[in-house]
Amino acid sequence: MSGDGQPRDHWFDDEAGPVVRPYAMTRGRTSHAAQHRLDVIAVVLTEPHVADPEADQTLSPEHVRIVELCRDTPRSVAELAAELDLPLGVVRVLVGDLVDGELVHVTRPVPPAELPDESILRDVINGLRAL
Amino acid sequence: MILGRSERGRPPAEPVTLKILVAGGFGVGKTTFVGAVSEIRPLRTEELLTEAGRPVDDLRGVEGKRTTTVAMDFGRITLREDLVLYLFGTPGQERFWFMWDELAEGALGAVVLVDTRRLEDCFAAVDYFERRDIPFLVGVNCFDGAARYPVEDIRRALDLDDHVPLLLCDARDRESVKEVLVGVVEHAMTRAARRPARPAVTT
Repeated sequence: MSGDGQPRDHWFDDEAGPVVRPYAMTRGRTSHAAQHRLDVIAVVLTEPHVADPEADQTLSPEHVRIVELCRDTPRSVAELAAELDLPLGVVRVLVGDLVDGELVHVTRPVPPAELPDESILRDVINGLRAL
Repeated sequence: MILGRSERGRPPAEPVTLKILVAGGFGVGKTTFVGAVSEIRPLRTEELLTEAGRPVDDLRGVEGKRTTTVAMDFGRITLREDLVLYLFGTPGQERFWFMWDELAEGALGAVVLVDTRRLEDCFAAVDYFERRDIPFLVGVNCFDGAARYPVEDIRRALDLDDHVPLLLCDARDRESVKEVLVGVVEHAMTRAARRPARPAVTT
Protein backbone atom coordinates (compact mmCIF):
# COMPACT_ATOMS: atom_id res chain seq x y z
CA MET A 1 0.00 0.00 0.00
CA SER A 2 1.33 3.44 -0.75
CA GLY A 3 0.69 5.90 1.98
CA ASP A 4 1.90 9.00 0.17
CA GLY A 5 -1.15 9.57 -1.97
CA GLN A 6 0.65 8.65 -5.18
CA PRO A 7 -1.34 6.45 -7.48
CA ARG A 8 -0.10 2.92 -7.12
CA ASP A 9 1.34 1.86 -10.43
CA HIS A 10 2.89 -1.44 -9.58
CA TRP A 11 1.79 -4.50 -7.73
CA PHE A 12 4.49 -6.94 -6.80
CA ASP A 13 4.38 -10.61 -5.95
CA ASP A 14 1.27 -11.67 -4.08
CA GLU A 15 -0.13 -8.17 -4.08
CA ALA A 16 -0.74 -8.49 -7.78
CA GLY A 17 -3.20 -11.28 -7.10
CA PRO A 18 -3.18 -14.66 -8.76
CA VAL A 19 -1.59 -14.93 -12.19
CA VAL A 20 -4.69 -16.66 -13.43
CA ARG A 21 -7.99 -15.27 -12.22
CA PRO A 22 -9.51 -18.15 -10.21
CA TYR A 23 -12.70 -18.48 -12.19
CA ALA A 24 -10.69 -18.74 -15.41
CA MET A 25 -10.05 -22.33 -14.31
CA THR A 26 -13.74 -22.98 -14.51
CA ARG A 27 -13.99 -21.14 -17.83
CA GLY A 28 -16.03 -18.49 -16.10
CA ARG A 29 -18.61 -20.83 -14.63
CA THR A 30 -19.61 -20.03 -11.08
CA SER A 31 -21.96 -22.96 -10.63
CA HIS A 32 -22.34 -26.42 -11.98
CA ALA A 33 -25.60 -27.42 -13.61
CA ALA A 34 -25.57 -31.00 -12.44
CA GLN A 35 -24.61 -30.27 -8.86
CA HIS A 36 -26.68 -28.79 -6.16
CA ARG A 37 -24.28 -26.53 -4.27
CA LEU A 38 -21.87 -28.96 -2.74
CA ASP A 39 -21.63 -28.62 0.99
CA VAL A 40 -18.25 -27.61 2.40
CA ILE A 41 -18.15 -30.96 4.22
CA ALA A 42 -19.25 -33.11 1.27
CA VAL A 43 -16.52 -35.70 0.81
CA VAL A 44 -14.88 -36.36 -2.56
CA LEU A 45 -13.49 -39.81 -3.44
CA THR A 46 -11.73 -40.83 -6.61
CA GLU A 47 -13.37 -43.75 -8.40
CA PRO A 48 -11.20 -46.86 -8.05
CA HIS A 49 -11.11 -47.50 -11.81
CA VAL A 50 -9.43 -44.17 -12.61
CA ALA A 51 -5.86 -44.94 -13.61
CA ASP A 52 -4.09 -41.99 -15.15
CA PRO A 53 -6.04 -38.74 -15.10
CA GLU A 54 -3.14 -36.87 -16.68
CA ALA A 55 -3.71 -38.78 -19.89
CA ASP A 56 -7.14 -37.18 -20.16
CA GLN A 57 -6.68 -34.12 -22.32
CA THR A 58 -9.97 -32.60 -21.27
CA LEU A 59 -8.83 -32.19 -17.68
CA SER A 60 -7.05 -29.14 -16.32
CA PRO A 61 -4.10 -29.52 -13.95
CA GLU A 62 -6.46 -28.60 -11.10
CA HIS A 63 -8.85 -31.40 -12.06
CA VAL A 64 -5.94 -33.82 -12.08
CA ARG A 65 -4.78 -32.69 -8.65
CA ILE A 66 -8.21 -33.25 -7.17
CA VAL A 67 -8.36 -36.76 -8.64
CA GLU A 68 -4.94 -37.52 -7.20
CA LEU A 69 -5.56 -35.96 -3.80
CA CYS A 70 -8.76 -37.92 -3.32
CA ARG A 71 -7.43 -41.26 -4.50
CA ASP A 72 -6.36 -42.73 -1.17
CA THR A 73 -7.79 -40.31 1.32
CA PRO A 74 -11.29 -38.91 0.98
CA ARG A 75 -11.26 -35.13 1.31
CA SER A 76 -13.97 -32.60 2.02
CA VAL A 77 -14.64 -29.73 -0.36
CA ALA A 78 -13.29 -27.32 2.27
CA GLU A 79 -10.05 -29.28 2.58
CA LEU A 80 -9.61 -29.35 -1.18
CA ALA A 81 -10.13 -25.59 -1.36
CA ALA A 82 -7.53 -25.04 1.36
CA GLU A 83 -5.02 -27.44 -0.17
CA LEU A 84 -5.38 -26.17 -3.71
CA ASP A 85 -5.58 -22.58 -2.45
CA LEU A 86 -8.68 -22.01 -4.57
CA PRO A 87 -11.99 -20.40 -3.66
CA LEU A 88 -14.74 -22.80 -2.61
CA GLY A 89 -16.84 -21.87 -5.62
CA VAL A 90 -14.09 -22.86 -8.02
CA VAL A 91 -13.56 -26.21 -6.29
CA ARG A 92 -17.29 -26.92 -6.47
CA VAL A 93 -17.34 -26.41 -10.22
CA LEU A 94 -14.23 -28.53 -10.76
CA VAL A 95 -15.60 -31.36 -8.60
CA GLY A 96 -18.89 -31.14 -10.52
CA ASP A 97 -16.98 -31.69 -13.77
CA LEU A 98 -15.23 -34.71 -12.30
CA VAL A 99 -18.51 -36.20 -11.07
CA ASP A 100 -19.93 -35.79 -14.59
CA GLY A 101 -16.90 -37.55 -16.00
CA GLU A 102 -17.28 -40.32 -13.42
CA LEU A 103 -13.76 -39.76 -12.17
CA VAL A 104 -14.88 -39.07 -8.61
CA HIS A 105 -17.99 -39.45 -6.55
CA VAL A 106 -19.22 -37.36 -3.69
CA THR A 107 -20.74 -38.52 -0.44
CA ARG A 108 -23.27 -36.10 0.81
CA PRO A 109 -23.52 -35.07 4.41
CA VAL A 110 -26.72 -35.48 6.36
CA PRO A 111 -29.44 -33.54 4.53
CA PRO A 112 -30.18 -30.10 5.92
CA ALA A 113 -33.14 -29.74 8.25
CA GLU A 114 -32.47 -33.22 9.56
CA LEU A 115 -30.32 -34.25 12.44
CA PRO A 116 -28.21 -37.35 12.12
CA ASP A 117 -29.27 -40.47 13.99
CA GLU A 118 -29.19 -40.28 17.72
CA SER A 119 -26.67 -43.12 17.71
CA ILE A 120 -24.29 -41.02 15.61
CA LEU A 121 -24.71 -38.08 17.97
CA ARG A 122 -23.88 -40.35 20.90
CA ASP A 123 -20.80 -41.53 19.06
CA VAL A 124 -19.79 -37.90 18.56
CA ILE A 125 -20.16 -37.16 22.27
CA ASN A 126 -18.22 -40.27 23.27
CA GLY A 127 -15.58 -39.55 20.65
CA LEU A 128 -15.12 -35.99 21.89
CA ARG A 129 -14.85 -37.10 25.49
CA ALA A 130 -12.23 -39.68 24.53
CA LEU A 131 -10.01 -37.18 22.71
CA MET B 1 -8.08 -36.68 5.90
CA ILE B 2 -5.47 -38.96 7.35
CA LEU B 3 -7.04 -42.35 7.19
CA GLY B 4 -4.04 -44.31 6.05
CA ARG B 5 -3.50 -45.74 2.62
CA SER B 6 -6.13 -48.22 1.74
CA GLU B 7 -5.35 -51.68 0.50
CA ARG B 8 -5.03 -51.82 -3.22
CA GLY B 9 -8.43 -52.37 -4.76
CA ARG B 10 -10.28 -51.65 -1.58
CA PRO B 11 -11.89 -48.22 -1.71
CA PRO B 12 -11.22 -46.03 1.31
CA ALA B 13 -13.93 -45.81 3.96
CA GLU B 14 -16.59 -43.24 3.27
CA PRO B 15 -16.82 -41.12 6.37
CA VAL B 16 -19.91 -39.48 7.79
CA THR B 17 -19.05 -35.81 8.13
CA LEU B 18 -20.64 -33.35 10.53
CA LYS B 19 -20.03 -29.70 11.22
CA ILE B 20 -20.34 -27.33 14.13
CA LEU B 21 -20.06 -23.58 13.59
CA VAL B 22 -18.05 -21.30 15.83
CA ALA B 23 -19.39 -17.76 15.68
CA GLY B 24 -18.78 -14.52 17.53
CA GLY B 25 -17.27 -11.11 17.04
CA PHE B 26 -13.92 -10.30 15.53
CA GLY B 27 -11.03 -11.25 17.81
CA VAL B 28 -13.14 -13.21 20.29
CA GLY B 29 -11.01 -16.34 19.84
CA LYS B 30 -12.82 -18.39 17.19
CA THR B 31 -9.67 -19.64 15.49
CA THR B 32 -8.01 -20.28 18.86
CA PHE B 33 -11.05 -22.31 19.89
CA VAL B 34 -10.92 -24.37 16.68
CA GLY B 35 -7.16 -24.84 17.00
CA ALA B 36 -7.43 -26.11 20.58
CA VAL B 37 -9.12 -29.36 19.50
CA SER B 38 -8.37 -29.68 15.80
CA GLU B 39 -6.00 -32.44 14.73
CA ILE B 40 -4.74 -30.16 11.98
CA ARG B 41 -3.57 -26.59 12.21
CA PRO B 42 -6.71 -24.62 11.32
CA LEU B 43 -6.90 -24.35 7.57
CA ARG B 44 -8.09 -21.33 5.74
CA THR B 45 -10.54 -21.48 2.93
CA GLU B 46 -11.69 -18.52 0.95
CA GLU B 47 -14.62 -17.55 -1.15
CA LEU B 48 -14.66 -14.74 -3.65
CA LEU B 49 -17.32 -12.12 -3.32
CA THR B 50 -18.14 -12.79 -6.96
CA GLU B 51 -20.29 -15.58 -5.53
CA ALA B 52 -22.63 -12.87 -4.35
CA GLY B 53 -22.96 -11.59 -7.87
CA ARG B 54 -20.41 -8.82 -7.80
CA PRO B 55 -18.67 -7.87 -11.05
CA VAL B 56 -15.78 -10.20 -11.69
CA ASP B 57 -13.42 -8.61 -14.09
CA ASP B 58 -13.39 -4.93 -13.31
CA LEU B 59 -10.43 -4.35 -11.04
CA ARG B 60 -10.64 -0.57 -11.04
CA GLY B 61 -11.19 0.82 -7.60
CA VAL B 62 -10.36 -2.47 -5.93
CA GLU B 63 -7.86 -1.37 -3.35
CA GLY B 64 -6.51 -4.73 -2.41
CA LYS B 65 -7.14 -8.40 -2.93
CA ARG B 66 -8.36 -8.81 0.64
CA THR B 67 -11.52 -6.85 0.05
CA THR B 68 -12.66 -9.38 -2.52
CA THR B 69 -12.46 -12.54 -0.46
CA VAL B 70 -14.11 -13.94 2.65
CA ALA B 71 -11.91 -16.18 4.73
CA MET B 72 -13.07 -18.95 7.02
CA ASP B 73 -10.83 -20.99 9.26
CA PHE B 74 -11.72 -24.56 9.94
CA GLY B 75 -10.43 -27.55 11.81
CA ARG B 76 -11.05 -31.27 11.80
CA ILE B 77 -11.53 -33.93 14.45
CA THR B 78 -11.51 -37.55 13.29
CA LEU B 79 -13.64 -39.27 15.91
CA ARG B 80 -13.53 -42.62 14.17
CA GLU B 81 -12.28 -43.73 10.79
CA ASP B 82 -15.78 -43.20 9.45
CA LEU B 83 -16.89 -40.23 11.56
CA VAL B 84 -15.36 -36.81 11.13
CA LEU B 85 -16.36 -33.56 12.81
CA TYR B 86 -15.44 -30.24 11.22
CA LEU B 87 -15.40 -26.95 13.08
CA PHE B 88 -15.94 -23.81 11.04
CA GLY B 89 -15.17 -20.35 12.29
CA THR B 90 -17.78 -18.11 10.69
CA PRO B 91 -16.64 -14.95 8.94
CA GLY B 92 -16.79 -12.19 11.53
CA GLN B 93 -18.23 -9.35 9.51
CA GLU B 94 -21.95 -9.10 9.16
CA ARG B 95 -21.79 -8.26 5.49
CA PHE B 96 -20.66 -11.81 4.85
CA TRP B 97 -23.87 -13.36 6.04
CA PHE B 98 -24.52 -14.97 2.71
CA MET B 99 -21.66 -17.27 3.68
CA TRP B 100 -23.27 -18.09 7.00
CA ASP B 101 -26.41 -19.40 5.33
CA GLU B 102 -24.38 -21.79 3.32
CA LEU B 103 -22.32 -22.92 6.30
CA ALA B 104 -25.29 -23.25 8.60
CA GLU B 105 -27.14 -25.56 6.24
CA GLY B 106 -27.00 -29.01 7.76
CA ALA B 107 -24.89 -27.93 10.74
CA LEU B 108 -25.28 -29.95 13.90
CA GLY B 109 -25.23 -26.78 15.95
CA ALA B 110 -23.21 -23.73 16.83
CA VAL B 111 -21.13 -22.13 19.53
CA VAL B 112 -21.39 -18.37 19.97
CA LEU B 113 -18.21 -17.19 21.63
CA VAL B 114 -18.58 -14.15 23.82
CA ASP B 115 -16.09 -11.71 25.28
CA THR B 116 -17.73 -9.95 28.22
CA ARG B 117 -15.71 -6.81 27.48
CA ARG B 118 -17.45 -6.56 24.11
CA LEU B 119 -20.72 -8.29 24.71
CA GLU B 120 -22.51 -6.50 21.90
CA ASP B 121 -20.21 -8.12 19.31
CA CYS B 122 -22.08 -11.39 19.65
CA PHE B 123 -25.63 -10.05 19.42
CA ALA B 124 -25.77 -10.56 15.67
CA ALA B 125 -24.71 -14.21 15.95
CA VAL B 126 -27.19 -14.98 18.76
CA ASP B 127 -29.90 -13.37 16.71
CA TYR B 128 -28.95 -15.29 13.61
CA PHE B 129 -29.11 -18.74 15.22
CA GLU B 130 -32.30 -17.93 17.11
CA ARG B 131 -34.05 -16.89 13.95
CA ARG B 132 -32.86 -19.90 11.96
CA ASP B 133 -33.75 -22.23 14.78
CA ILE B 134 -30.28 -23.73 14.84
CA PRO B 135 -29.29 -25.24 18.19
CA PHE B 136 -26.55 -23.13 19.77
CA LEU B 137 -24.93 -22.48 23.07
CA VAL B 138 -23.07 -19.47 24.36
CA GLY B 139 -19.46 -19.94 25.40
CA VAL B 140 -18.11 -17.09 27.47
CA ASN B 141 -14.42 -16.96 26.69
CA CYS B 142 -12.72 -16.06 29.95
CA PHE B 143 -9.71 -14.11 28.80
CA ASP B 144 -6.99 -13.39 31.29
CA GLY B 145 -7.84 -10.21 33.06
CA ALA B 146 -11.35 -10.03 31.68
CA ALA B 147 -13.67 -8.99 34.43
CA ARG B 148 -15.80 -11.95 35.46
CA TYR B 149 -19.50 -11.42 35.66
CA PRO B 150 -22.03 -13.75 37.21
CA VAL B 151 -23.49 -16.11 34.63
CA GLU B 152 -26.99 -14.86 35.34
CA ASP B 153 -25.97 -11.29 34.55
CA ILE B 154 -24.48 -12.31 31.21
CA ARG B 155 -27.58 -14.32 30.40
CA ARG B 156 -29.78 -11.35 31.13
CA ALA B 157 -27.57 -8.96 29.18
CA LEU B 158 -27.83 -11.25 26.16
CA ASP B 159 -31.55 -11.77 26.69
CA LEU B 160 -31.04 -15.49 26.18
CA ASP B 161 -33.94 -17.91 26.14
CA ASP B 162 -33.92 -20.19 29.17
CA HIS B 163 -33.22 -23.32 27.16
CA VAL B 164 -30.02 -21.94 25.60
CA PRO B 165 -27.04 -23.28 27.56
CA LEU B 166 -24.34 -20.85 28.65
CA LEU B 167 -20.89 -22.11 29.65
CA LEU B 168 -17.74 -20.39 30.81
CA CYS B 169 -14.76 -21.58 28.81
CA ASP B 170 -11.17 -20.95 27.84
CA ALA B 171 -10.72 -21.08 24.07
CA ARG B 172 -7.04 -22.02 24.49
CA ASP B 173 -7.77 -25.03 26.64
CA ARG B 174 -8.46 -28.33 24.92
CA GLU B 175 -10.49 -29.83 27.77
CA SER B 176 -12.59 -26.71 28.06
CA VAL B 177 -13.28 -26.62 24.32
CA LYS B 178 -14.18 -30.33 24.32
CA GLU B 179 -16.70 -29.67 27.07
CA VAL B 180 -18.29 -26.87 25.06
CA LEU B 181 -18.56 -29.07 21.96
CA VAL B 182 -20.11 -31.92 23.96
CA GLY B 183 -22.56 -29.33 25.25
CA VAL B 184 -23.54 -28.34 21.72
CA VAL B 185 -24.21 -31.93 20.66
CA GLU B 186 -26.18 -32.67 23.84
CA HIS B 187 -28.23 -29.54 23.33
CA ALA B 188 -28.95 -30.55 19.72
CA MET B 189 -30.04 -34.00 20.91
CA THR B 190 -32.34 -32.60 23.58
CA ARG B 191 -33.96 -30.32 21.09
CA ALA B 192 -34.36 -33.06 18.54
CA ALA B 193 -36.03 -35.27 21.14
CA ARG B 194 -38.48 -32.53 22.00
CA ARG B 195 -39.24 -31.68 18.42
CA PRO B 196 -38.80 -34.64 16.06
CA ALA B 197 -38.47 -32.72 12.82
CA ARG B 198 -36.46 -29.57 12.66
CA PRO B 199 -38.34 -27.12 10.45
CA ALA B 200 -36.69 -26.23 7.19
CA VAL B 201 -34.61 -23.08 7.17
CA THR B 202 -36.64 -20.15 5.97
CA THR B 203 -34.93 -17.16 4.50
